[in-house]
Amino acid sequence: MTVTAGWYMTLAALLFGVGLVGIFLRRNALVMFMCIELMLNAVNLTFVAAGRAIGDLEGQVAVFFVLVVAAAEVVVGLAIIVAVFRQRASASVDELAELKG
Amino acid sequence: MSGELTWLIIALPLGGAVLLHFLGRFLGEPRAGWLASLTVGASFALSAWAAWPFIQGNGHPEQHLLFSWMPEVGASFEIRWDPLSALMALVVTGVGFLIHVFAIGYMHGDPRFHRFFTYLNLFTGSMLTLVLAGNYAMLFLGWELVGLCSYLLISFWFTRPSAAAAGKKAFVVNRIGDFGFMIALMLIFASFGTLSYPTVFEQAAEVLPEGTATLIGLLLLVGAAGKSAQVPLYVWLPDAMEGPTPVSALIHAATMVTAGVYVVARSAAIFELAPTASFVVAAVGAVTALWAATIAVAQNDIKRVLAYSTISQLGYMFMAVGLTAYVAGLFHLMTHAFFKALLFLGAGSVIHAMGDLQDIRRMGGLRSRMPVTFATVGLATLAIAGIPPLAGFWSKDEILGAAFAQGGPAVALYLIGLVTALLTAFYMGRWFVLVFLGEPRWPEGVEPHESPRVMTWPLVVLAALSLVGGFVNTPLFGLGLEHFLEPAFEGVTLAHPPEDLLTFLLLAGLGTAAGLAGVAMGYVTYTRPTWERFEAGLGRIWDAWSRGYGIDDLYGRTLVVPGRRLAEGLAFGVDARLVDGAVEGLGRLVARLGQVVRGVQTGLVRSYGVVFLAGLLLVMALTVWRAG
Amino acid sequence: MVELIVFVVGAVVALGGAVAVVVARNPVYSALGLLATLFSLGVFYVVHLAHMVAAVQIIVYAGAVMTLFLFVIMMIGVDRSEDTSETIPRHRIYLAVLAVGLLAVAGAAATGGRFSWVPAAVEGAETPNGTVQALAERLFTDWVLAFEVTALLLTIAAAGAIALAYFRREPVTEGDDR
Repeated sequence: MTVTAGWYMTLAALLFGVGLVGIFLRRNALVMFMCIELMLNAVNLTFVAAGRAIGDLEGQVAVFFVLVVAAAEVVVGLAIIVAVFRQRASASVDELAELKG
Repeated sequence: MSGELTWLIIALPLGGAVLLHFLGRFLGEPRAGWLASLTVGASFALSAWAAWPFIQGNGHPEQHLLFSWMPEVGASFEIRWDPLSALMALVVTGVGFLIHVFAIGYMHGDPRFHRFFTYLNLFTGSMLTLVLAGNYAMLFLGWELVGLCSYLLISFWFTRPSAAAAGKKAFVVNRIGDFGFMIALMLIFASFGTLSYPTVFEQAAEVLPEGTATLIGLLLLVGAAGKSAQVPLYVWLPDAMEGPTPVSALIHAATMVTAGVYVVARSAAIFELAPTASFVVAAVGAVTALWAATIAVAQNDIKRVLAYSTISQLGYMFMAVGLTAYVAGLFHLMTHAFFKALLFLGAGSVIHAMGDLQDIRRMGGLRSRMPVTFATVGLATLAIAGIPPLAGFWSKDEILGAAFAQGGPAVALYLIGLVTALLTAFYMGRWFVLVFLGEPRWPEGVEPHESPRVMTWPLVVLAALSLVGGFVNTPLFGLGLEHFLEPAFEGVTLAHPPEDLLTFLLLAGLGTAAGLAGVAMGYVTYTRPTWERFEAGLGRIWDAWSRGYGIDDLYGRTLVVPGRRLAEGLAFGVDARLVDGAVEGLGRLVARLGQVVRGVQTGLVRSYGVVFLAGLLLVMALTVWRAG
Repeated sequence: MVELIVFVVGAVVALGGAVAVVVARNPVYSALGLLATLFSLGVFYVVHLAHMVAAVQIIVYAGAVMTLFLFVIMMIGVDRSEDTSETIPRHRIYLAVLAVGLLAVAGAAATGGRFSWVPAAVEGAETPNGTVQALAERLFTDWVLAFEVTALLLTIAAAGAIALAYFRREPVTEGDDR
């Protein structure tokens, strides 16, 4: 029984789905952030698996760039969370509803 | 050749206006005035230089393209330089220059001194644009600019309600004329496909049927009647006396009001094809001449007499150009510019001396106090009365001669002209006697004095011109102006006064007799202290004259009041209720809609995420469905 | 056979970690769950001969990013546990509907007859060897511009983070319009 690309794709889809559900169910900004990381990594896995199925290195190059963007995002995102926390002493996104009409 | 620099004639005063607009405040008094005068003087010198070939008799009409504007419709900035525009440019800049200089003295001490000269320069530049234009579009541009400037200048002392109202009136009445003028231009464009002079004049005979030519001619007359204050659109001119006196001189002697005469003369090729329209022009002119002369008899304001006199004299010019005696009309335009400018400036000098008093019944006896003004204005009075050998005699005589020579219905016009000449001499005599002769009737505290030299020497120059200006075109000493103007009226048949000496002498004698009789009547009546009883004795006729036949009231009742009602109805009914209601209703609708829709904006990121996800799902479903 | 064992073990760990991220009430447990997932993904990368990517995954994600997360968690407070009951009305109903819809679309795509996991897959393709050298050749030739822009992005992100964390808003006082 060989492990085909489809297996990895299925696993990536499951991870992505779990991350998606987490974003909508949790209201802690930090946890939502982690869920986003989860989704990004799920996509990374599909890149690598597809690259292997095609026999090309481009998939890994794409992963590299996603990694860098994710790192940058984490840096800025966490800074925002810290800044917000200083103002309100809370990390709940539901309390950040200043734009309510 | 020399014509290539003609654009500078326009550019100099316009440039002066721009310069004064920005720097006038720093130049201050009187330098701003001298700068303005200098630009107009330079324009005059340039015009004279450029007109020299025509004076020598070897010039040709030239057309200079400065730059294209709308070439498809023949509307470009191009200059027509032919004897007609040269004559107009010389009159406008020459007389304009003297008026500018006079104004330096007259406007002394006015807080908006430099602004006044900005407007004067702009006005001169606009008028030059009008007369030097090489097509009807540019002519119209100058035409409208002149209207704007007249508005600015008449209401120059806009803090006086009457001045502001007079400016508005001049503008609105001119718009009525412009309306006809614009339709005329559209008809010209529809017929020729262009507004360019050379095309229009050369092709007129082939392209225009008589009906269209008549229509264009009549519509041009509407425009000209507005600008040149002819019956029935003359009402703005007397009110325009609210402006400073140099403005009156500039508008009524040298520039604006002659625009109508100029346009008719310029369109001679069109009027050539429409004898009916031509005759209507002449008839309107004759009626205006007599109509305004009668009103002028009974006016008591020193400037209003002159204003009605101007209308009357313009009627003469219209009569001449309507009878295709274009040379005679332009000749009178020129001499009239001299002596009427002189009269207005003299009146300005008197007003200046009397401390802004304008009622001639309270003047008198100014002869000894203002000798220069007295002498020069006296000369102008004789000139306008048509006493030989002064300028007015020659030009008026030529017009009357041309009317007489034409025969038929034109003889009626001749008779009207002769009666008008008599009236003119009478009311000018009355005016002059009441102002300068007899016993002083000044109010307390007025100490008249001669005006400063900057105001008197333009008077002297104009007096000299009024004295000799007539000799440029006389049957006895050579028809200089006629030869000068010939290139401009190529292919147009010109009407002439009778050729044989006997008829000429007879007509000249009749004209002179009318003039002398009028002046004598005026002198005899008004040097006697019983003149007030004489005026009262004329009763209701005098009353009608002094009220200008009540035309202003008539217009007010029939046009202004209904117009105002309509405007109020539109403003408070249609606009305030309907238009504003629609606008405000729309605003309220949006606001109410916003109240409903604002609930969507919860501010909760996760709710927005749900919507986002729904959109994503939609796109995915669509993709799967299409991929099938 | 070896790969199958590795896949099963790795998949179980990864999914377990992912579920822990979502379910844990204390963010520290969420972070640890994420760490487990990241590690098992790193293992999968090694299986795919993506050596360079695997190394970066461990160093950058499991090392730097997770440390950063934990720092922030410590700053905000480890003892905060969250109430997981839903406060937005009908939120979960909408989510359930959407989830069903998503599954339906996925099912439709899978049973549509034209579905394949990797449409461009090559039969019997050799697994590319993701060594540092091989990856660097791509990055510094075909992708050099994107690579340089990435460097710029990181610089900007760092500057932005400092700006956000360092400058505090001054308490607003009367007459002070700075």
